[in-house]
Amino acid sequence: MKASQVKVCVLRIEGTNCEEEMFMSFKRLGAKPEKVHLKQLTGTDVSQEEKRDLSDYHILALPGGFSAGDYVRAGAIFAARMKSKLSKDLVEFIKAGKPVLGVCNGFQILVETGLLPAMSGIMSEFPEAVLGTNDSARFECRPTLLRKVNRGSCAFTSRISPDKISLIPSAHAEGKLMFPLDRTKAVLRELEDNDQIVFKYVDPEGNLAGYPWCPNGATENIAGICNREGNVFGLMPHPERVFFRFTHPDWTRETDGPGDGRAVFESVLDYATRKL
Amino acid sequence: MVVAEVRVELKKGVADPEGKNTLKALELLGFDGLKDVKTVKVFDIYLEDGGDVEKKVDEMCRRLLANPVIHNYSVKIK
Repeated sequence: MKASQVKVCVLRIEGTNCEEEMFMSFKRLGAKPEKVHLKQLTGTDVSQEEKRDLSDYHILALPGGFSAGDYVRAGAIFAARMKSKLSKDLVEFIKAGKPVLGVCNGFQILVETGLLPAMSGIMSEFPEAVLGTNDSARFECRPTLLRKVNRGSCAFTSRISPDKISLIPSAHAEGKLMFPLDRTKAVLRELEDNDQIVFKYVDPEGNLAGYPWCPNGATENIAGICNREGNVFGLMPHPERVFFRFTHPDWTRETDGPGDGRAVFESVLDYATRKL
Repeated sequence: MVVAEVRVELKKGVADPEGKNTLKALELLGFDGLKDVKTVKVFDIYLEDGGDVEKKVDEMCRRLLANPVIHNYSVKIK
């Protein structure tokens, strides 16, 4: 399949606000993105022409924002709405090896839906992790540095070398990834064995470091994880905000080139054109 | 009509930055003798009589209101 044939569903509901950047990131690389409201997939309150079928798309992208006002918990309402009517479609989509990306609020939605970390199977009935309030109890909004720790399972990071330190901005108040307290160690070991940990927050030397390098106090500095097959990926920082070098804060002091976030989209399009 | 009061709180051992911040602010305002502040979320759910209300509300908690990784919840039917 050619990149120009890859159809991307950028899914939104009220309160998502990063769909434009997400849409543009795929469009600039020659794919065919479309901004789709969740109602168009569930078929509620929409005309016949507006209805869409998830299976017609090759990539599903959940953009950041504050879906449904982040009421109850960040991402919980979006997740509940997806689960109510789309569970089967989602599971089939993922089973077919099609990639799903969740950025920031999108990551929170994937976790609340049970699609990540998905320790056993594709979608767990109840969440197996949580993105809790940052340790600072504040909205942390600034550039963060990430190092890829994934050994190759993740469909979204094949174009990123393991020694590259990527500058990708964070903007969230609930990004502290946590697992059940009584089983944290076991879960971490399993994630490690399954190659599910993708990005960690690091300092400029690439070492795991505390606040402010890690903006939220996440377990083991984890910024992003994928499922066991590597086709569902969620991360808190926003790669779509650094598609171009000139949106890096230090861009005038560095040589020109692509922004650090671009490789995430290139990687997944690579995957889609090769495998789908 | 039945009112179910759902109380969602953090499990023991889970950090509560909002509570800690509130505690600090209260101390700065001059209140002394404070031991701790914890944040809790309460939902009042209004339901029609009849049926197994407790079971229904429990299901609501499990499916939306609480995340079992960090939350404990309790339900009081009023």
